[in-house]
Amino acid sequence: MNKAEILVIDDEEQMRRLLEITLQSNDYIVKEASTGYDGLIAAANHPPDLIILDLGLPDESGHSVLKKLRDWYKNPIIILSVQSSEEDIVTALDNGANDYLVKPFRTAELLARIRSTLRDITSEENNSLIDCNELQIDLAARIVKKKNEIVKLTSTEYTLLALLAQHEGKVLTHQFLLKQVWGPSYINESQYLRVFIAQLRKKIEDNPNKPFHLITESGVGYRFVAKE
Amino acid sequence: MNAVFTGHFKKVKEYLFPPLIVCAVAAALFLLTDIIGYRVVAFVLLMTVSLIAMFSDIVPVVLSALLSALIWDYFFIPPRFTLHIGDTEDTFMLAMYFVIALVNAVLTYKIRQIEKEAREKEVKANSVKFYNILFNSLSHELKTPIAAIIGASDNLLTASKISEENKHNLISEISIASVRLNQQVENLLNMSRLESGYIQAKKDWCDINELVYSVVNKLEDKLLHHGLKIEINEKLPLFKLDFGLLENVLINLLGNAVIYTPPKTTITIRADFIKIVKGHFNFFSDILQPERDNEITNLIIEVSDNGSGFPKEETEKVFEKFYRLKNSKAGGTGLGLSIARGFTEAQGGTIHLTNHPDGGAIFTITLPAEVSYLNKEKNE
Repeated sequence: MNKAEILVIDDEEQMRRLLEITLQSNDYIVKEASTGYDGLIAAANHPPDLIILDLGLPDESGHSVLKKLRDWYKNPIIILSVQSSEEDIVTALDNGANDYLVKPFRTAELLARIRSTLRDITSEENNSLIDCNELQIDLAARIVKKKNEIVKLTSTEYTLLALLAQHEGKVLTHQFLLKQVWGPSYINESQYLRVFIAQLRKKIEDNPNKPFHLITESGVGYRFVAKE
Repeated sequence: MNAVFTGHFKKVKEYLFPPLIVCAVAAALFLLTDIIGYRVVAFVLLMTVSLIAMFSDIVPVVLSALLSALIWDYFFIPPRFTLHIGDTEDTFMLAMYFVIALVNAVLTYKIRQIEKEAREKEVKANSVKFYNILFNSLSHELKTPIAAIIGASDNLLTASKISEENKHNLISEISIASVRLNQQVENLLNMSRLESGYIQAKKDWCDINELVYSVVNKLEDKLLHHGLKIEINEKLPLFKLDFGLLENVLINLLGNAVIYTPPKTTITIRADFIKIVKGHFNFFSDILQPERDNEITNLIIEVSDNGSGFPKEETEKVFEKFYRLKNSKAGGTGLGLSIARGFTEAQGGTIHLTNHPDGGAIFTITLPAEVSYLNKEKNE
C-alpha cells in the first residue's frame, strides 16, 4: 500500500515538528504549511490524502480555510483546536471537517483519528459486518450480537447504533444524529439522545458506567469505538 | 434614577448639616449671651467648627467657619444685629477668630487625609503580602513540573551513559509533569474566565448518572487508595445543565477529597432531586394543569467523606479564591474550590460545606434546573 500523504497547516513551528516526527515514524508522508494561504496553495498543487488544520492561523481563520478547502477538496480534514471551544468544533464539523483534536492531545488519539478518517476513503466497499471482538453488528441482517447472543434492540436503538458504528472512530454531532435518526424537527431535542445512548450502553457495554464503545464527546456528540 | 437621587441627597446632606449645626449652637448661645458674654460665645463657636472639621469634608467645614464668623459678628458683637463692629479690639478678635477657625479646619482635615493614606498603605501592604503568598504557591505549582520537564529532557539530550530503564523513567517523568502542568494552566484559565465574568452556561440535557461516572472514570488513577460509594437516585430525570461546568465542579470536589483525606477514607457521591412548589396554591395551574409551571426541581449532588472534616471557622472561607487551610500541606493553589463555587453559581446553583457529626466533610451542590422525564417506551 502506498504511504498516505498528510498536509499539516499550523503556524506553530514546534507543533509542526512534533506532528512531522510523529507522523513520519508512523509511515505517513508529511507536507507542511504555516499559514492558511500557503496551506490552500499546497493543497491545490498536490492534493494530500488528509489535511490537519489548526483553527487559529495568523493570516485567516481556520474556519474560512476549511470552507475554501471544502469547495473542492473531498479527502478528510481533521481540525486542531484549543481547549473548551465546543462551539468552534461543532461549527467546523458542520462545515465539513471529518474530526477534531483538542490541544494538548495524546499521540495515540491523533493516530486513531487519522486511521479512522483515512479508512473512510480506502475501504468504500461498505463492510456489512462490523466486528469488534465480543460485539458484532450485521448491517445486512440488522442483527446485533454480544458474545454470540442476539441483543434485543428497538428499531430506534438499532438505527442509532448502526449509524454510529458505520462511522466507527468518528465523532458524530448531536444535530447530525438527531436529524438522521429522528428527523429534522428533532434537531434540538438532545434529551432523546441521552436516553437512547444510556439504554444502548446498558445493552451492549460490559460496564454501562464505563463505556468502551459508545463514547461521549462532551458538548459535541458521540463516537463509536470498535477496538482498543 | 434612584441612585442619582440618593447620591444627590447625600451630597445635600453633607453640605447642609455642618451649617445647620452651627446655626443650632448659635441659637442656643444666643439665649445665654447675657450670662456668658459674647467673647465666650466665640470660643464655643470655634469649638463647634473644630468638631465639625473632624467629620466633614473641607468645603462644608470652610463654609461653617465663614458662617460662624458672620453669625458671631451679626448677632453677638456689639452693636448687635449689624455687621458693623464698634470696637477696634473686636475687629481684631473677629479677624483672628476667622483665621483660627480656618487653620483649625484645614489642619484637622489634613490630619484626616494623612490617616486615610496610612490606612490605604496598610491595605496595600496586606494585599501585596497576599499576592506574594499566591505567587509563591502558584509558581511552586507551575515551576515544579517545568523543572521536571527541563531536567529530564536535558538528561536525555546530554547524558551518554544512561540505562534504558532510566531513560524510560525520565520520559515518564516528563509525561507526568506535563499532565500536571496542563491541569494547573486549565485551572488558571478557568479562574480568569470566572474573573472576567465571561462564563456563560451552555445548558443542554444531562444524564447525571453519566456525568458522575465520567468524573469517576477520569479520576480513576487517583482514587486507587480510597473507597468510593456512588448513590444515584434511579428515578433521576434529565437535567438541563452545562455538562462541562458541572463535570469540572465534581472533578474539583472529588479531587480535593482524594488529596486531603488519608488513604482508605471512603468518599461518597450522592445524587438526588427535590421538587419545590413555588408560591401559593393556585387552582387553575395546580388542579387543571398537572404539569405545573410553578414547580422547581433542584438537583442535589453531595460529595462527602469520612475523613477529618474542616475546622468549623474555616468552612466558609474555603471557597474564597486562593484560600488555603492553615495547616494544609505544600502544593495546591487554593483555586479548586473557588472554581467549583464559581461554576456552580454560573448555572444558578449554590454550594455548601458542612461537617458530618460523625466526622468528615460534606459538600452539597444545589442546582435548580429544567427537567425532562422522557419516557422511552412512549417515544418509540
